[in-house]
Amino acid sequence: MPLFDSLYNFARWLTHDREEAEDLVQETYSKALKGFQSFQQGTNFRAWMYRILRNTFLTSRTGLKSGITISLDSEEGESVAPVTPETPESLFFERSNQRMVQEAIEELPLMYREVVLLCDVEEMSYQEIAETLSIPIGTVMSRLARARNALRVGIGKKLQGVKNGL
Amino acid sequence: MACDSWRSSIAAYADAELSSSEMRAVGDHLRACTSCTSDLLARVQLKRAVKSAGKRYSPSLALRQSVQKGLPSRSNVAWIWNWQTKLAATAAVALILFGSVYGWSSFERKRTFAELADLHVATMASSTPVDVISTDRHTVKPWFQGKIPFTFNLPELGNTPFTLEGGRLSYLDQVPGAQLIFKIGNHRISVFIFQNRQVRPFMLNDSRSRRLTFNVETWTADDLRYFVIGDADANDIHKLSNLLRLAAGS
Repeated sequence: MPLFDSLYNFARWLTHDREEAEDLVQETYSKALKGFQSFQQGTNFRAWMYRILRNTFLTSRTGLKSGITISLDSEEGESVAPVTPETPESLFFERSNQRMVQEAIEELPLMYREVVLLCDVEEMSYQEIAETLSIPIGTVMSRLARARNALRVGIGKKLQGVKNGL
Repeated sequence: MACDSWRSSIAAYADAELSSSEMRAVGDHLRACTSCTSDLLARVQLKRAVKSAGKRYSPSLALRQSVQKGLPSRSNVAWIWNWQTKLAATAAVALILFGSVYGWSSFERKRTFAELADLHVATMASSTPVDVISTDRHTVKPWFQGKIPFTFNLPELGNTPFTLEGGRLSYLDQVPGAQLIFKIGNHRISVFIFQNRQVRPFMLNDSRSRRLTFNVETWTADDLRYFVIGDADANDIHKLSNLLRLAAGS
């Protein structure tokens, strides 16, 4: 069950808790088995499974607490900021500190964390992400831009902390 | 400021989300703009860092076994095991497993091609794209001796539109291999060669693809796995692939 590993990894990133992630994955497969008739052959099976997992999470106690909210500002048309020559990521690569990136991902708001994980870890296309999160592709792109900007800022702050000996 | 209009395109380029014509337009701009090339490199680096850091958690064996049984542990719901539910559950599990295996294979193929596209883009963005600079195959091929655990043949490029620019060591999943850079017109093409058994052999079939908006062709010969990738026309990628196939068979 190869998708199983990826789903579990994604569930842990969503819940930040081993037991909750295990319950979430178990519930996801249970729902998939029961609702397999609703899966339309020829459509994206992976996006379907991730959508079940995410929707299950959002209706769980932790998911409700996380309070994924949509900004009242339009998410469309988000400008993409240029990356400055000395970027947090280039500095990061000099130091090669994976833990720092993990912490920066953990600190992202849920709506940014999930989109960046689906794109860069699960390597989903914008279309697949749109199907999984039930949002338009334009929103996927603007959320990704915001998520990556927030990630750069987060990594930058951590590197600055290391520089200052914190 | 003049590059502001390219930012969103470069972000989509890094995510391999552009059409081939858009890729060419961005590629042309990148060749002339060091600022945007640095921007692209930083984006690719961030993607790779997130990919590496994001694969963090593994499920326990107990959870795997529990889910594999296809029976969620629910104490408050009675599970009626008549022959109809057994049949339906078996069919559903078989379909899910088939879908999973198929999805996994497709995912692994995409992952491999995405990694190669990253390597190609990073090479193009590098100030030193090749470690051995030569148009002479008799100089480039011997340079790899002792650096990779196999050897390969390079084609004679006289009377062809292709030029060999050099080569460098490359790694795919920590497996060493050769990366050769060829030029046709203003386009550069990377040829990656790895030992076939080391690079997900069950996930890769001989194929031609445009799924990443790069054109990619892959095949095996003499236990080596070849990947030819670039933003050149698909016919040019195929022509170079055929030259390499002929050289491998000689």
